[in-house]
Amino acid sequence: MTRFSAMSLFAKALGGHQGWPEQWPDAAPKPAYDAIIVGGGGHGLGAAYYLAKKYGITKVAVLEKGWIGGGNTGRNTTIIRSNYLYDESAHLYDHAVKLWDGLSQELNYNTMYSKRGVMMLAHNVHDIQSFKRHIHANRLNGVDNEWLTPEEAKAYCPPLNISPDARYPVLGAALQRRGGTARHDTVAWGYARAAAALGVDIIQNCAVTGINRGPDGAVTGVETTRGSIACKRIGVSAAGNTSVLMQMAGLDFPLESYPLQALVSEPVKPIFPCVVMSNTVHAYMSQSDKGELVIGAGTDQYVSYSQRGALHIVEHTLAAICEIFPIFRRMRMLRTWGGIVDVTPDRSPILGKTPVQGLYVNCGWGTGGFKATPGAGDLLAYTMAKDEPHRINAPFNLDRFRNGRLIDEAAAAAVAH
Amino acid sequence: MILIHCPYCDEKRAELEFAYAGQAHIARPADPSALSDEEWEHYLFIRANPRGRHHERWRHIHGCGRFFNAVRDTVTDKFETTYKAGEPRK
Repeated sequence: MTRFSAMSLFAKALGGHQGWPEQWPDAAPKPAYDAIIVGGGGHGLGAAYYLAKKYGITKVAVLEKGWIGGGNTGRNTTIIRSNYLYDESAHLYDHAVKLWDGLSQELNYNTMYSKRGVMMLAHNVHDIQSFKRHIHANRLNGVDNEWLTPEEAKAYCPPLNISPDARYPVLGAALQRRGGTARHDTVAWGYARAAAALGVDIIQNCAVTGINRGPDGAVTGVETTRGSIACKRIGVSAAGNTSVLMQMAGLDFPLESYPLQALVSEPVKPIFPCVVMSNTVHAYMSQSDKGELVIGAGTDQYVSYSQRGALHIVEHTLAAICEIFPIFRRMRMLRTWGGIVDVTPDRSPILGKTPVQGLYVNCGWGTGGFKATPGAGDLLAYTMAKDEPHRINAPFNLDRFRNGRLIDEAAAAAVAH
Repeated sequence: MILIHCPYCDEKRAELEFAYAGQAHIARPADPSALSDEEWEHYLFIRANPRGRHHERWRHIHGCGRFFNAVRDTVTDKFETTYKAGEPRK
């Protein structure tokens, strides 16, 4: 692996940037591994990296049915924040935000994490009360979040329409300054490159078709489209396809998979300095470093694996965007796409052990998993290495749907992601 | 947007007229307090979520207002059939 530095860039520039080596080898599956991660998105690659880096487990394979970062890792709107209401969620997401800090240096790969601030708009009395409650709860948990008046919000984000005549006037906003964006592809590539350098095999075009179990019920390996692979520990980090994979081990999961859409505009010069979310009108937006406005739409109402959504969902979102930001009415949208998100009944993830020995799961991130990428990878690696959950992810177990200790973020927070 | 055939109105209409109402053929237990935690979890939270044929409920909310069942492929989003509530699983 060539280390990226000003010097190596300069040296390669002299040669016309010819001769850069591939960033990681396209591995073929070996007959056996110590651990297998199913799903080559940011979460899965992160888990493989931390297994090798922190726990010395380097005989690891990441199995990806398509291409690296081609699932939800490359389909999200790249927003990072940790302003969640409940203690368990605040700890979980803030653990990830802390890891985002310094991730570029650790991976020697620029993830373009930009702390440009995430501003959530309040449009009615309920929003104001709910956001202020969030701010107080966040601050008690050591998560930064502050209240802005409409004028302060406008000063922070000039394109905002704070006219009292608006259909949904802006009455204030909650701002998390540490929140922001990162470039989602680089997170997957950075983890893949760093993990491969530690000996992890990154295997693409390799779909898991079965999970093998021994007489004692413990996992013994997987069947794939590229042959059988033996291993004692399997971590499933497959987002929308988790239910299908868990069925292979005979487990029924409390998940439903929905298409979630996003879209980008034509690229323009820098105009939008932060991330703005409005749960009430259901719109959120940021501007990528390339100049596109990145807009998140909603999920379709029905369960689907189609990786595309209906046009009326996008239309609804754009109507809301035009209302809050009249300045963007004449922008043209270039691309829309959909990803399949796995949603739990309480809208909180499931990260931990399963009833099957040796089978671990990281799923249920629903519409907001990107922000948690480093944290989820780190905690899945911990859980697989120690065969017990870390105290941060212990509350996010599968048993909570049986014993009733739900972490009901959505109902309390009306979370848009 | 998908088009959906309402078995009561006997018409194919746009999805906007309909509300999705989750997995079909989940009967509420007659005596919930007699259930074990596992059975109650299964009733409340566990869903089939298949990649392929899915039995689901829809409601023609901006039409006749009635619930009906449907079989749809979750990969292509194509409806195989729709049928009235109370009819056996297809």
